[in-house]
Amino acid sequence: MGKIDVLNGNKAAAWGAKLARVSLLAAYPITPQTPLVEYLATFVAEGEIDADLVEVESEHTALSVLQGGVFAGARTFTGTSSQGLALMYEPYIRTSTMRLPIVMALVTREVISPQTVWGGQQDAVTVREAGWIQIWCESNQEVLDTVVQAYKIAENKGVLLPVNVCYDGFSLSHMAERVEIPEQEKVDSFLPKPDITHVKLDPDKPMSVDPLTAGPMLTEFRHKQVTAMKYAKEVIEEVRQEWSQLFGRDHGGMVDVYRMEDADIAIVCMGSPAGTARVAIDEMRELGIKVGMVRIRVLRPFPVEEMQALLSGVKAIGTIDRNVSFAAGYGTSYLELRTAFGGKRMPPMIDFIGGLGGSDVTLEQIKQAIVITQYVANGGEYRDVTWFGLDEVDVDQLFDLEDQADQEVKEGIV
Amino acid sequence: MSAKVPDKLYRLTGDDVASVGKGLYVVNTGLWRYQRPVTDPDLCKRCSACYMYCPVGCKLELNTHYDTNLDWCKGCGICAEVCPANAITMYEEVGEE
Repeated sequence: MGKIDVLNGNKAAAWGAKLARVSLLAAYPITPQTPLVEYLATFVAEGEIDADLVEVESEHTALSVLQGGVFAGARTFTGTSSQGLALMYEPYIRTSTMRLPIVMALVTREVISPQTVWGGQQDAVTVREAGWIQIWCESNQEVLDTVVQAYKIAENKGVLLPVNVCYDGFSLSHMAERVEIPEQEKVDSFLPKPDITHVKLDPDKPMSVDPLTAGPMLTEFRHKQVTAMKYAKEVIEEVRQEWSQLFGRDHGGMVDVYRMEDADIAIVCMGSPAGTARVAIDEMRELGIKVGMVRIRVLRPFPVEEMQALLSGVKAIGTIDRNVSFAAGYGTSYLELRTAFGGKRMPPMIDFIGGLGGSDVTLEQIKQAIVITQYVANGGEYRDVTWFGLDEVDVDQLFDLEDQADQEVKEGIV
Repeated sequence: MSAKVPDKLYRLTGDDVASVGKGLYVVNTGLWRYQRPVTDPDLCKRCSACYMYCPVGCKLELNTHYDTNLDWCKGCGICAEVCPANAITMYEEVGEE
């Protein structure tokens, strides 16, 4: 049994890096990731992590330093948010194309402009085609556990891809929760030392890393990247099983599922709103609405098969997005779900956009989303995308006021 | 847990998962050349100026003189410019011969 502490998301991530025995750290502070850098620096200063901490002048340098570290065989960790991620973009791409198993906390935040420092998911969803695995956390316990798991996934010889452990800025990064910190020996037995050999700084066997590469070769490398990304799904599931056997905790694999066994309708969301959705689902089930949740835990690679299996049978789907996609005016999870089903028949689906720029996704909003989704499941017509705070959401008109059950639901959501 | 067998045959990159080169380049940059340096072995003093200045490192040290690895030489002409003995002349490429 490890010890129990009260940790915010940033400290939970720092603990994850410590338990994974990282040997090289480099990060540049940016809201809301800043405390993460402070916790890491404290761990190093107090000798609790046996690692070099490089004080860099930018995020671009932070990730570049880690790349050099991986070439020399190090296990590395960093974190960033929003504009820091933007400044990191050039080495960010190279990290995945060079197949470097770097783990990075992505403390999700709204992107500028307008000028903002508050939470959102727009920074992370914007880079979802950069070749990194993206794992989205719902709780601080999951943040700690996922940072450790991420190394096992990233360093797998069939994967060799960098991993972003994404957690909502402020909602998770600055909120403290009860977190179990596993024992170091147990983590050591779960996570072997890194063994990276495909790129290596070795004076006896010199190689040039990432030289000019012509189209036909690049095509093969890109195909290998995509293949590795698909294979990562199996590894993520295996790591989940092993973790749950060793530590008795299960945060899900590609997806996390809640009360879906007998669900008529499903809420799909990602990140911190899932915690609120659980409460909303429990309350709405008390009122007779059979609703469940599928949480997108891994956005890249996308859980295509899992979504088809879980959602084909429901009568309607409501997605809740703390982000937008500019493809067609929907949120990202709505768009990704449509793509996952491709041409296959799928239940009617509607989208709810909220929680932008640090706004809350409230319990009441999620309950409204559930009622509207149920209304659509019953054959009702509703707008494709509802923007919380912008669109008028009048659920009263959806109820038959003569009906006793409807009356109870109406009173229950306020 | 072992890596999955790929469903494609990677003719050019084999088992490499990322682009690495055993030399400076994996692209044959010599194909870009439109003029070729030709060294006169009688004039070359083996001072190594061309070797030092060559931006792609394609000069070869021979017993008699410094020559050029034409697989990589882009034909920039810097070697001809810096040669104190005027031993290197740039000739226009005229194709395979």
